[in-house]
Amino acid sequence: MSETNLKVKVWRGAEQGEFVEYLVPRNSNQTVLDVVTYIQRKLDPTLSYRFACRVGMCGSCAMTVNGVARWTCRTHVAKIVEGDALEIAPLNNLPVIKDLATDMREFFNKWKGAVGFFKGEQTRHDDFAIVKPDSEERQLANAGIECIGCAVCYASCDVVASRSDYLGPAALNRAWTLTNDVRDTQQLDRLRAVAGDAGCHTCHTHGSCTERCPKQLEPTAGISGLKKLVARAAVRGTKWGKL
Amino acid sequence: MSSRPRLDHRAKSHLSYLIYMAHRISGLLLACFLPIHFFLLSQSLFGADELDHYLKLTDFWAVKVGEWGLVTLLTIHLVGGVRLLMIEFGTWRGLRKGWIQAAIVLSIISGLLFLALAD
Amino acid sequence: MSLAISNTALLQARLWYAQRISAMVLGLCVAIHLFIMFYAIRGGLTAGEILGRTQGNWLFAIFYEVFVLACLVHAPIGLANILRENFPRSPVVGVLPWILAALILVLGTTAVIGVFTGGVGR
Repeated sequence: MSETNLKVKVWRGAEQGEFVEYLVPRNSNQTVLDVVTYIQRKLDPTLSYRFACRVGMCGSCAMTVNGVARWTCRTHVAKIVEGDALEIAPLNNLPVIKDLATDMREFFNKWKGAVGFFKGEQTRHDDFAIVKPDSEERQLANAGIECIGCAVCYASCDVVASRSDYLGPAALNRAWTLTNDVRDTQQLDRLRAVAGDAGCHTCHTHGSCTERCPKQLEPTAGISGLKKLVARAAVRGTKWGKL
Repeated sequence: MSSRPRLDHRAKSHLSYLIYMAHRISGLLLACFLPIHFFLLSQSLFGADELDHYLKLTDFWAVKVGEWGLVTLLTIHLVGGVRLLMIEFGTWRGLRKGWIQAAIVLSIISGLLFLALAD
Repeated sequence: MSLAISNTALLQARLWYAQRISAMVLGLCVAIHLFIMFYAIRGGLTAGEILGRTQGNWLFAIFYEVFVLACLVHAPIGLANILRENFPRSPVVGVLPWILAALILVLGTTAVIGVFTGGVGR
């Protein structure tokens, strides 16, 4: 057990505020979430932060650690500490409610805005839809389907930072998986939604989303797929109708 | 009291972002250079002597440094651009880090070739 | 729910497509141009050497005019993207790309005609 302390700067406040430094005992096998939890329980009960499963399944604990968006429950201090210093801030690109908790509404509103939800025309009285798991569309959908909406990609995206109306990597990734869902009946609406002025073509392939996704998803792939689809639709039309 | 932190260099210090920046800057500088390049060559309209007169101006060492820079930038933009075309139109194979390395290496080679071959 | 698509959105999609197609053309042109250049600059470059290769040469003329036209599409769209992101509400976004396009077309084509004809005199 190490005797040294970590010097942890934590953002306190909302859009205006300051970094406050706390001294946290350093342990082996310590995650950043452990550090935040220690501060709130032992040092300053007024600290606000979010977490739930603490085992890397829910995505609630995402924060900016030393400038990079991460899941704090899956980030070992030993891996990212700079000397003995840590800097913990709320996720970028989202409004701050208090301290480390951000307002996720715009993130999910954009998800909806990209028609990132399923709508089919079958009912329980119809036969099962037959979708071959090795079909090209299903494989493309599967590649991006595991997103849990943690907003790490959204918080890492430079285009989101500079264009407030850009739908963002998560919403576009979900739209892409649904574009490849052969049962979905809203494809034309979806294409129109992602073709907006701040749509898929605003992506500049920085790749931060793909670099940072804690589930190793690749929104850049989905967005590239959408770019091609929308561009061809703008020039030639789609199998679902005219854009 | 200060404003909440924003995305800074730590979030952007990864290879894919860096090559994006290099591609954008090289494109911008090349776009500025193109009209000058075309203007110089268009002097050929007035005959070989007129063109030679302008070509002699490029013998100045500072211009040669500029030309070296342009060849390097052109290669970065070319290879970085082909990488983007692979990402956007080719089979998905990740962020094509190999192409980033190729952009760096080939632009260095280009620059060296220029220095070796130029007068 | 039925969304309508705006004209700007359609325009953005088409511009993106045009820029990528011209990029494919330029990929080839630039690669060939680099080879030609490295070959040509050996031992210095004079007007006589350049014109000796290009004068009356239809292949060169067509190649370089295609090159100019690809630049004409590619560069102004790229410039427009950069301007729109960094100066969002400025009037330059609409103006500078067109100026660049005009310069590329006029000066570029003049250059191609110039090296093809080898001079039409003052």
